[in-house]
Amino acid sequence: MSELDAKIPPGPLADKWSYSKSHYKLVNPTNKRKFDVIVVGAGLAGASAAASFGELGYNVKCFVFHDSPRRAHSIAAQGGINAAKNYQNDGDSIYRLFYDTVKGGDYRSRESNVYRLAELSVNIIDQAVAQGVPLAREYGGLLENRSFGGVQVSRTFYARGQTGQQLLLGAFQALERQIALGTVKMYPRYEMLDLVLVDGQAKGIITRNLVTGAIESHSGDAVVLGTGGYANVFYLSTNAKASNTTAIWRAYRRGAYFANPCYTQIHPTCIPQTGEYQSKLTLMSESLRNDGRIWVPKQKGDKRSPQEIPEKERDYYLERKYPSFGNLAPRDIASRAAKEVCDEGRGVGPSGRGVYLDFADSIARLGRKTIEERYGNLFEMYHDITAEDPYSVPMRIYPAPHYTMGGLWVDYNLMGTIPGLYVIGEANFSDHGANRLGASALMQGLADGYFVIAATIADYLSGQMNKKVSPDRTEFKQAKADVDGRVKRLLDAKGTRSVDSFHRELGGIMWEYCGMARSAEGLKKARVEIRALRDRYWREVRVLGSGEEPNQSLEKAGRVADLFELAELMCIDALHREESCGGHFRVEYQTADGEALRNDDKFLYVAAWEFTGDGKEPRLHKEPLTYEEVKLATRSYK
Amino acid sequence: MNLKLHVWRQAAGSETGDFKEYAANDISPDASFLEMLDIVNEQLIEKGEDPIHFEHDCREGICGSCGMMINGVAHGSRGGGMATCQLHMRHFQEGDEIRVEPWRARAFPVIKDLIVDRSPLDKIIQAGGFISANTGSAPEANSLLIPKVVQERSMDAAECIECGACVAQCPNGAGQLFTAAKISHLGLLPQGQPERYQRVLRMVEVMEEYFGSCTMFRECEAVCPKEISVDFIARMNRDYIVARFKNR
Repeated sequence: MSELDAKIPPGPLADKWSYSKSHYKLVNPTNKRKFDVIVVGAGLAGASAAASFGELGYNVKCFVFHDSPRRAHSIAAQGGINAAKNYQNDGDSIYRLFYDTVKGGDYRSRESNVYRLAELSVNIIDQAVAQGVPLAREYGGLLENRSFGGVQVSRTFYARGQTGQQLLLGAFQALERQIALGTVKMYPRYEMLDLVLVDGQAKGIITRNLVTGAIESHSGDAVVLGTGGYANVFYLSTNAKASNTTAIWRAYRRGAYFANPCYTQIHPTCIPQTGEYQSKLTLMSESLRNDGRIWVPKQKGDKRSPQEIPEKERDYYLERKYPSFGNLAPRDIASRAAKEVCDEGRGVGPSGRGVYLDFADSIARLGRKTIEERYGNLFEMYHDITAEDPYSVPMRIYPAPHYTMGGLWVDYNLMGTIPGLYVIGEANFSDHGANRLGASALMQGLADGYFVIAATIADYLSGQMNKKVSPDRTEFKQAKADVDGRVKRLLDAKGTRSVDSFHRELGGIMWEYCGMARSAEGLKKARVEIRALRDRYWREVRVLGSGEEPNQSLEKAGRVADLFELAELMCIDALHREESCGGHFRVEYQTADGEALRNDDKFLYVAAWEFTGDGKEPRLHKEPLTYEEVKLATRSYK
Repeated sequence: MNLKLHVWRQAAGSETGDFKEYAANDISPDASFLEMLDIVNEQLIEKGEDPIHFEHDCREGICGSCGMMINGVAHGSRGGGMATCQLHMRHFQEGDEIRVEPWRARAFPVIKDLIVDRSPLDKIIQAGGFISANTGSAPEANSLLIPKVVQERSMDAAECIECGACVAQCPNGAGQLFTAAKISHLGLLPQGQPERYQRVLRMVEVMEEYFGSCTMFRECEAVCPKEISVDFIARMNRDYIVARFKNR
């Protein structure tokens, strides 16, 4: 075990970023085009990074497994993006956004990164507006804000219920412009299957062309991963079907440390599961909690329809337990509270795993038209899926896996433990601690892509002049042979069960033992079950077709194989962290009234895991967290 | 529910394809159309047959990946308002026969089964579907006043998900609705003015290179998952005429 150096710059918190920017080494404008930067993924983080690199003059290669860079799952983000503009005159500031994020993360994030994020939030809005992102406006033409969970100011900017889509299109359009200018070469329908190291530095990747099946080597002077999170380890999640961990997992296996894998976010407002056939869960934006009131019947097993239950027999449990934040309590708290009332037998809907999100009061107060304006498309979406009209019947919601705060460990400059490997957006671990506040994922993805990495990468590349490597080197050949072997092994298993059936079973184990409530006993059991299932997977999986054609089963098979390994690491991390914090709730560690009980004496650190070989225990490294600005306190939303 | 499917199967773009018949039995009316296909695929894999390939990802109607002709209608719902992933089996009747085909358009060649190549749409964006604003040079966001009605109208156009249904449904295989939506999204906003007329000329030129002509069947509007109005096509045409005169 060693202590990790996060390379946090000196000086007061508020000056660290400007200090860094003034001290990074630069690359001469005429030299920039001599550097090849590989960007994997084109969601908010990847697309904004690739576009910004292109604008700066670097030679960029951008890889996505979709047919177009505009399809990344960032597009599905609904509610909004935070920025400390204080347009509403309600006392917001960069410091307050920083403070809210650190507190929301249950004091498990790195102060310096979070402060920089809050600082850059205002630039993101400026940039988005300049690109033509149609963010919501007031009648006077100024930008509008809404409030979001876990905070007491209105700082969330939005574009109807499609904020992620519009921000991604802004970045996508900037990227397409660079493609047309020739600074970015796009590789659509390419999946990264391995990272290549030369002399300990990240110098390239191995990809599979998803149309021809060709396994190819690509070299570059730096590799940037913006490949998203791993909530699909639960099978049923709000993530897109193809979202996966392969890129960061392959990097982990090549030596990049994986930080806090057990920090996963279960989002409180999703449409409950209805059947076995279900392929994914649908999120209903957290913004709905601004005007919707969450309740369950006071009586156990009350089967009356919601309209028949009189006001005094309803339990608005969030308003009751957390009077000052009410329905806007942070996600981890709202999710756990929903689980609690359902465990008590007060859940609603056919499965009993659901709570009401009721708009009747808001419709009476504001009128149907206002509610329609604010949430029209979300109400429609709910109606399409459930065939129920939320204007007249309360929505039914239940928590679902949504986001992963854990990810590859990065230093202040967003570089991983492998020199030349950068990790941005949800794929890294850096800014959200043990729980992410709403409307902060878009902020982080764009801050990392547009501003942070555009500045930090020069510091590294300036030392890489004339250190180009050829993709014909043995390191590439070896990595390519590894990938070929893996693909062949999956095709040769010739078992009887589909990839999906295994994935569903893995998800069941993770949801049961490593979901909203975890225990030492359950986590140990989960490890055993995961290993057994993984062994069966490699023997019994059936992947039809060949590797030389479009083969969706093969694509899935590789991703699920990596999720199996990650699942075990998540359990190891969750077991080692003997405390409850944010999205990580260990039943053994809770207060008398069921709130998370942190242990700052023992666990005030980032747990970064090092791969030591198949079947071997990963090695733990710690990055101690020091709080200079924020005083550690028990998080209270009461 | 029990249904009979006729699905277009084509191993590769270079090979010929054909309809194959499959039974979809015991399907819940609450399942989505893609979940129904998942079930059929699980059964195919069990039998050792190659599963039906189709594109999909977010499964909530926003990524634009999915798309297929269902009984001759792009995304399967005449009246529009939904992507294939948002179509639920309750829209069908017990015993229905369903014909499932890939997008039908010359600009979108088949890659495999129901997967087509829609890259010409991105080419149109590359031609000018952006505002040239380098990172870092943006002015303060509220220094620009945009009337709410203008922002809302721009947003109506910006909602396009680039699924390609408009092209697939059009008897001419025209790309007008897609192109007009992007031109209008940007051209309505004050930020989009400096490049407005250049943009329309360049984007229309690339559009015409790949896609057919618009003869106002309005089929595109009828199937658009985001209900984007053909009014934007009229708007694009106006801008195009103005641009031609300006550049003479």
